[in-house]
Amino acid sequence: MIQLIINGQPERLEQALTVHALLEARQLAGKRLAVERNGEIVPKGRHAETLLADGDRLEIVVAVGGG
Amino acid sequence: MNDSLVIAGKSYGSRLLVGTGKYKDFDETRAAIDASGAEIVTVAIRRTNIGQNPGEPNLLDVLPPEKFTILPNTAGCYTADDAVRTLRLARELLDGHALVKLEVLGDPKTLFPNMPETLKAAEVLVKDGFDVMVYCADDPIQAKMLEDMGCAAVMPLASLIGSGMGILNPWNLRLIIDQANVPVLVDAGVGTASDAAIAMELGCDGVLMNTAIAHAQNPVLMASAMKKAVECGREAFLAGRMPRKFYTADPSSPTSGLIGS
Repeated sequence: MIQLIINGQPERLEQALTVHALLEARQLAGKRLAVERNGEIVPKGRHAETLLADGDRLEIVVAVGGG
Repeated sequence: MNDSLVIAGKSYGSRLLVGTGKYKDFDETRAAIDASGAEIVTVAIRRTNIGQNPGEPNLLDVLPPEKFTILPNTAGCYTADDAVRTLRLARELLDGHALVKLEVLGDPKTLFPNMPETLKAAEVLVKDGFDVMVYCADDPIQAKMLEDMGCAAVMPLASLIGSGMGILNPWNLRLIIDQANVPVLVDAGVGTASDAAIAMELGCDGVLMNTAIAHAQNPVLMASAMKKAVECGREAFLAGRMPRKFYTADPSSPTSGLIGS
């Protein structure tokens, strides 16, 4: 069991997942988005190899309407 | 006439840049943007839903980056650090795309820029390889500092963001335009087509707007009006207006050959 903060919300995962697996589990895989982990960008090419750890803070963002 | 707008080495046929906020839905967004003829469209960067709302439509499916130049902004950021972080996420989101709109706000009531934080963020972003179009105060000194720092374009406000108050500072805009060696765009304040024309007649290289189109009664028709206003203002600027003659009329018709003379 690991605990994360995703987009400001506390979340528990049964096991440590990769970024890619997390996105798949949330039906976000393949969407146009960007991920930051503990203040550092996780490039798309590394989603599959980046294993999340207890206490990680993730930001997952998309483009929305704005001026 | 080839009169393209060049920003960071890339040419654009349209001098109207538009935002994508405040529309009723994505269909209206796309219809208005198509009517505006804009090639550069701004977007905001926000947290996604994390599975609560699967299948939610994505703005970039409506405005594909293959067709439009997407200009991610830092709207809502009040510190240089937040703005830089947001744009690094945007660059990752857009596969390494470097053109960005920096805005660091100073006050939620006026949305005036916090210029010290803006300058700080601009310096970091330029060093990090971004092409920075920067929302700024209508202060010629700080506009020049941003240019000297390496910003790709300076974008002073003409009046408050979303206010539709029009061009309240033509003299300051002229001072900024006259000294600038990078494109100067009015970003914020335009309310209707004549405002956009005035900005262009002053010599601005372009106009960026959102609310004036999105909050018009008929956004698609206003987008079309803005397209024409920017073009007509640009042509009037290039044509060069006649000098103003204060207190002296000058008849357009011949003064001789009148009947009864």
